[in-house]
Amino acid sequence: MTDLGLAADLSATTERHLECIGQADEYGAIDLLLGLLDEGVPAERLLLEVVAPAQRRVGDLWAANEWSVAREHGATAVSERAVAAVAAKVRTSPKDGRVTVACSDGEYHQLPTRLLAEVLRLRGWQVDFLGASVPGFHLVTHLHQTGPDAVALGCALPTRLPRAHATITACQAVGVPVLAGGLGFGAGGRFARKLGADGWAPTADAAADLLQAGLLPSFPAPLETLPHLADARYAQLVKGRAGQLSRTMRALTAAYPPMASYSDQQLESTADDLGHIVDFLAAALYVDDVPLFTDFISWTCEVLRVRGVPSASVVLGLCLLRDELHDLPRARDILAEGIETARSAQ
Amino acid sequence: MARVRPGSIPASISELSGRHLEDPSQNRTGTPDADLLRAVMEASGEGVVLCDAGGHVIMVNSAATRIVPGVTPGLPAAWGAVAVLFDRSCPVGESRRVTYGERLIRVRRETFGVAHHAWYLSDVTADHHGSGHLPGGCRRSEFLVEAGHRLSASLNTRRCARAAAELAIPFLGDVAMVLLPAEHRKARWLRATAGVAGVEEGVIAAAATGEVPGLVEALDGFPPVPSRWLDPAQAPGWLLPTGFGPAAHILVTPLPGTGAPAGALLLARRTGGPPFDEKTESLVRVFAARAGAAVSAAMLYQEQSATNAILTSDLLPPELPVLDHVELAGSLRASQQAGLIGGDFYDVYQSGAPVPSAPHPAAGIPVPGDTRSPRTSAGDREYGPGARGVRGREHAPLVILGDVCGKGARAAVLAGQIRHSLRTLLLLEDRPERLIELINLSLLASTAPDSYATLVLATLRPGDDEHLLVDLAVAGHPEPLILRADGGVEEVTARGSMLGALERIDLDPATVDLAPGELCLLYSDGITEAFGGATGREMYGMDRLKAALATCAGMPAEAVVQRLEQLTTAWLGHGEHDDRALLAIQAPLAGRRASAPRTGSERSASRTRSGRSAAPVRHPGTAVREGGR
Repeated sequence: MTDLGLAADLSATTERHLECIGQADEYGAIDLLLGLLDEGVPAERLLLEVVAPAQRRVGDLWAANEWSVAREHGATAVSERAVAAVAAKVRTSPKDGRVTVACSDGEYHQLPTRLLAEVLRLRGWQVDFLGASVPGFHLVTHLHQTGPDAVALGCALPTRLPRAHATITACQAVGVPVLAGGLGFGAGGRFARKLGADGWAPTADAAADLLQAGLLPSFPAPLETLPHLADARYAQLVKGRAGQLSRTMRALTAAYPPMASYSDQQLESTADDLGHIVDFLAAALYVDDVPLFTDFISWTCEVLRVRGVPSASVVLGLCLLRDELHDLPRARDILAEGIETARSAQ
Repeated sequence: MARVRPGSIPASISELSGRHLEDPSQNRTGTPDADLLRAVMEASGEGVVLCDAGGHVIMVNSAATRIVPGVTPGLPAAWGAVAVLFDRSCPVGESRRVTYGERLIRVRRETFGVAHHAWYLSDVTADHHGSGHLPGGCRRSEFLVEAGHRLSASLNTRRCARAAAELAIPFLGDVAMVLLPAEHRKARWLRATAGVAGVEEGVIAAAATGEVPGLVEALDGFPPVPSRWLDPAQAPGWLLPTGFGPAAHILVTPLPGTGAPAGALLLARRTGGPPFDEKTESLVRVFAARAGAAVSAAMLYQEQSATNAILTSDLLPPELPVLDHVELAGSLRASQQAGLIGGDFYDVYQSGAPVPSAPHPAAGIPVPGDTRSPRTSAGDREYGPGARGVRGREHAPLVILGDVCGKGARAAVLAGQIRHSLRTLLLLEDRPERLIELINLSLLASTAPDSYATLVLATLRPGDDEHLLVDLAVAGHPEPLILRADGGVEEVTARGSMLGALERIDLDPATVDLAPGELCLLYSDGITEAFGGATGREMYGMDRLKAALATCAGMPAEAVVQRLEQLTTAWLGHGEHDDRALLAIQAPLAGRRASAPRTGSERSASRTRSGRSAAPVRHPGTAVREGGR
């Protein structure tokens, strides 16, 4: 490896990569990365210091309403192809260790998980990458068939946590330890610990280090139940979701005059937003964590603000939802915090 | 003790086997048969008595027979004096201790659906008397309980062997090696060493097993030779880890399987360590019996899933080929939890395309799920009529997406037949209308029940100015949608009858002209008829699909397919769903067509078709495959 490879500051490259993917310029992006690879920049640095930060920027640009959904998705697809091109260029010889890498059930943000898969492969692991939204049952079948040393489970959104929990439990039940990663597991991986994952890592390279150091148990520790779930509020909320949503929509239409002139599509978007709020509320109940919900509310207020929707409407929606959930005290407490957050965002 | 509670795990083995017992014809991918179920039960450290809704015994493992010898398949479990153990008025899932004769038995009942329940029995007499009563006995039983728990967790041979090696140290020896039965004159081993993290793995020539006294006999399943008869000085180098030094004592124990022997367990102790006494040898035999049952169940499972994978490999969606001037992306999600296959299908045909071949040399690692490994090499990129290297009749590239009546394996077989018929027909015929007529006739002639199908057949031709012309024949299938560059979405007017019902079919084909970036979407009714949404009961519907597609203008085909799949998955929520298929045909944008072929840019799903270790590792249930360039 040359000094150039180690010393080069890749932030300018990140900008150029972002430019390429923003224009869906697949070959521009691939040429850029492969060129640097030829110059001796290690593949792992290209993935983690160019592709990953550019992808975070893509998310920010969408949130700020600077990029459309189409542009965001197009850019992500191009990034995926660029990652594939880099991965294909670098030959590795897998050693004995085998890891299964998958996104949790319902999780479609696959690029971060894919980057982990490629980093592990570059480090000499035999990797089975199962891609986006892997149902727990399929994952377990795969584990029986291939017998890996560990599962690396990616989760980008906390709303997937209940299903991720079921997947973690199922993997552990067949004797395979689970390494959790991704923003969905919360800052510092606090939800990974709570849901009984055997390990957590904030970044792909940290995850690879952790696996290489043999820090996961060869047989997962017995599981604890989550005591706060005993009140069954989570189950109650999920079960009643449809009814709560349609009643809250009706109440919102009555209470928020601008909605009278909404198009069908706008109404559907509003219903979607409310649905997300309920899903985050359910996730917050599931892991018993208020910041999970309030962080989401701040983010939503910001996303809606740049799209010309005032936070007042979020406050209103949350208040109506709180009225709707009169028999779920723990949910109401979390909603009250959310209302405070939305108010202070105004 | 943490234990696999079948009811709490999504679609666990127990649930599967429950289904299997109800309907033997539904043996889907990975579904165990009765032999396997028996082997799995045998591998459990607890006694297991599986009963039907009427309380009649279906299956009983030998651990249970040791505790209650009278329990017999076919008869009620609760019978005579034994009835005290099998009291169905006690709550499900709760352990209770019951005095049975002079012994104390721990009993728990678990239910599997309405049709089955099982009793889990352990003899806890010794625990009850306290550890002082039986010196070492408590530790022994703790060891065996832990062993039963860990050994029964996995159905993977390597994991089972690894668990056996790890469990054996340091309790039984300083080094434990599990040697698996030889395959192709090679035997795989896993070795754990006291004080060293992890396990070592390797392979030795089967002939080398003769270097350890007693090992050949053990691998043949003959009873173990007492340790004192084995000369540790004769142990070959491969038996012990480097730096371990000479072993003072070795013990070779067969792993008895449920059919054939499941390998052998080799234990060694250091110089200065105690010899293997008779008590230890008998404990090792008990342990080896459990390890052998677990390894044997795993081997059976691996063999079955490997066979199953071969049988179903042609029913999985194909990897999409790389075509010039066309961008293809597809996604298929089968409805059935256990199955990867279903009644929705798509395929792509090009003349002169090579038969699916061995994976690309770089394909050490399978990448299921989002593989876009092209089946063609750069030299095979000729496009349309006039392509060279033709093996049969030359024809323009042809894309098909269809849906046969029914779900699961039966539907998948019929879908596979249609795909193969078309491959053969294309050797003789390339007119879309005629192809559809012939498929209709073959479905009418089919002996399978309900052999109806709907499909879209799309022929791809290059147009002027980088345009792509798509000739569409639609037979009873939902009309394809066109996404224009400006975000406009159109329904294709092509219509036609479904296939397999009537001898005479009507077709009204249509041709679509796609400018660069524009896209034609084929989909199955599982997409539009997905029930879910805010209320959970609403149909996704054509309008939503069109609105969703309109937001995809400017995206590459694979991003469009991923987004639509994601949106419909979110719509479905946790609800049950039908098979869902999507296939996008796009005229690529000029900027995406510069250089850098994608050939080999991805690793292909490896499809080793022999051996029990290398089952295909395609992502079950989902397949977003991409092609084009």
